[in-house]
Amino acid sequence: MDLSLIIGGQAGQGMDTFASLFEKTMKRCGYNVYAYSDYMSRIRGGHNFFNIRISSESILAVKDDIDILFALDEETIKVHKHKVKDTGIIIADESIKGEADITHLKLSDTARKLKNPRVINTIGLGAILKYLGVPVHIASEVIREEFNEEIANANLKALEEGYRLMDAKYHLDIREDNNILINGNEAVALGAIAAGCKFYCGYPMTPSTGILNFMARHADEFNIAVDQVEDEVAALNMALGASYAGVRAMTGSSGGGFALMVEALSLAGIIEVPVVLINVQRPGPATGFPTRTEQADLRFMIHAGHGEFPRMVIALRDTEDAFYQTIRAFNIAEKYNIPVLLISDQHLADGVTTKKPFNFRDISIERNIQSSIEEEYKTYRLTESGISPRIIPGKIEGATVLVDSDEHDEYGHITESGEIRTKMVDKRLRKFELLKEEINEPWLIGDESPENLVVCWGSTYGAVKEAVENLKDEGISIGTLVFGDIWPFPTKKLLELNKKARKIIDVEQNATAQLDSLIREEALIKSDVKILKYDGRPFTADEVYRRIKEVL
Amino acid sequence: MSCQYELYEPSWCPGCGNYMIRTALKMALEELGIKPHEVVIVSGIGQAAKMPHYIKVNGFNGLHGRALPPAIGIKMANKNLHVIVESGDGDTYGEGGNHFIHAIRRNIDIAHFVHDNQIYGLTKGQASPTTAMGQVTTLQFDGVKVEPVKPLALALTMGAGFVARGFSGDIPHLVGLMKEAIKYRGYALVDILQPCVVWNKVNTFSWYKNRVYYLPESYDYTNKEEAMKKALEFDDRIPIGILYKVEKETYLDKFDFIKEGPALVDLELNPLDAEKLMDEFR
Repeated sequence: MDLSLIIGGQAGQGMDTFASLFEKTMKRCGYNVYAYSDYMSRIRGGHNFFNIRISSESILAVKDDIDILFALDEETIKVHKHKVKDTGIIIADESIKGEADITHLKLSDTARKLKNPRVINTIGLGAILKYLGVPVHIASEVIREEFNEEIANANLKALEEGYRLMDAKYHLDIREDNNILINGNEAVALGAIAAGCKFYCGYPMTPSTGILNFMARHADEFNIAVDQVEDEVAALNMALGASYAGVRAMTGSSGGGFALMVEALSLAGIIEVPVVLINVQRPGPATGFPTRTEQADLRFMIHAGHGEFPRMVIALRDTEDAFYQTIRAFNIAEKYNIPVLLISDQHLADGVTTKKPFNFRDISIERNIQSSIEEEYKTYRLTESGISPRIIPGKIEGATVLVDSDEHDEYGHITESGEIRTKMVDKRLRKFELLKEEINEPWLIGDESPENLVVCWGSTYGAVKEAVENLKDEGISIGTLVFGDIWPFPTKKLLELNKKARKIIDVEQNATAQLDSLIREEALIKSDVKILKYDGRPFTADEVYRRIKEVL
Repeated sequence: MSCQYELYEPSWCPGCGNYMIRTALKMALEELGIKPHEVVIVSGIGQAAKMPHYIKVNGFNGLHGRALPPAIGIKMANKNLHVIVESGDGDTYGEGGNHFIHAIRRNIDIAHFVHDNQIYGLTKGQASPTTAMGQVTTLQFDGVKVEPVKPLALALTMGAGFVARGFSGDIPHLVGLMKEAIKYRGYALVDILQPCVVWNKVNTFSWYKNRVYYLPESYDYTNKEEAMKKALEFDDRIPIGILYKVEKETYLDKFDFIKEGPALVDLELNPLDAEKLMDEFR
């Protein structure tokens, strides 16, 4: 079973509610769900849509063609009718005209009879669930959970009315559901909370705001200081202050906000105060495409900041990865006293996926903080590893912690000495050498030793995985390396697979093939083909499949 | 452990007002009985911002203009630390102007000592945000063409609950102001007039000395209108002292779990606590 639905209309027409009820109902039926929201940078009007895919298999991308188009306006029919399969259906209120075979339903008429124009989408939901053969009680339960009693009752009536408007075409098997339904921003925030983050600050910026929202919503429950800062310059400086004072601290933004954090990123490098930050990418330059997706900040994240200092950059591949990597980011930041930078994107941030519930039992929190000292404390004690023992200011009587953005001696005092400068640079960079030893190699999917090796990173994982698995099923020798840890750049697996691979195919959502350039630089390997996309829309599995097939 | 503060040899110019400010700070902390490990001095960049290097306390010497954000982060993470920000007029009112405005809005418990010498020292004599209009400098050789920032008036309009002005040439008075600012619950601004002996030939020690006067005993520092008048008095006579002081709810008072609970830094971290959030997604 693999079905796709698009609901489209203008901003403000209540598509979010429809989408969340539909997604949750399908999840409760025991199916995997992947939903991507395509929205404009406006509050009213325009054209927005949700593409919701339901499958008995695990899925992380949408498809090109769809089975159900639920149009809330005529524009939706115009834009999406070509995607509807021959076996598919276009559903709309009888008032909506269009040059297509439309199944008109009395949605607004029914809503009028119910004396509640706001339940129009719930009537549509009922009709569609009936069409799919979903028992009404599953959706009723979801509605009761999502709304207060008054609103729930109105929607339950609407749902039942909707069920009367259509006949069942499908009869979905109802399966056991043990999954969760979560998007990338929520998974990151959840990871941060699980990791013990006690300070999060940020300035609202699409598509990263969901993290700030989630942290704020749970701040009181988990004793997290959440601050909406005046600007992103303040954000990273503030997080560094909180971390210096001893709590796990994080900030996040999108590319433009991260640009403002760059000065403080360099500060984090020299003062060696651990911090986690996330860039939920959107297409640039500058304001770019505020509500859309791209992977064009990879090089920026790796190189941002004046001067030379160690950092780790981790690209998040899906919601589950986002959760565990965020936790790991805190441990690594505090192991090496470095900034750890997470890269997400709008596709992952807003994309809703079903996943097995996350495992909280095996999470370990490794802080590397000393509660006592045997000798005089020096913030930047020179050690073989480059990592200086860390204490928390105010916790040990007689010991003080001085951090300094100037080049400094072991105590943290300003120095002009060339000799000390060289030692401090070497010390900081030694940490990077050590970090290289614990980075994760990319995931390999498909053939163990493929002739056609696809390379990708971050959230393109979902589309590439599905395309590669389909091509493999056709008997093609193909596999993909999906990079998560991306700085320091892991080369072992790539070098090993390169020995047999005849063709390396780079798939990325940017215009300049940034992963390919990294591979050339770090592994001295060049991709043979680059499959790039930079229209702000995520790759579909079909598109990756098609474009890989063209170059095989 | 004693409350004596060790000092280090500064690189300030002989005669610099920073020496007196440091002396006053040391005296204020010692008289308040605060131990060195209980204090954090946060600073940006500039001659004033070198303070954490010259007195032994916890120090966060960050970026130019960015002293306030880490100070806020520190106080939120550990409410038990005494957080003091020491930076110059350029750092605070120029590069860090936005942070200054928003720190006042938060009213977080920080004592902010601005070393205001009305000139840029470390970069050699350019105008600062508080240099008077028309004043000739190494860069503005035909005179400053823009209005100076009026920091105390700005702080008052933003709702600051503690606004004061001191003079580096009057250490006993300055010690008193600093002690009050450190004790004050909330954001406390002390703009400290200080001569720059090398780069500011207008606002010299005697220029300040001849102008500053104490606010009279009868002065009502809870009267905002009066405070505003005094904040704008900056010509032949310059009032020093606490211009405005009222009790206000602090930023951290508004976080119940911080106000009532332990400092965030003292919380135990347990990942399993977060497992219940899974229910939101089922």
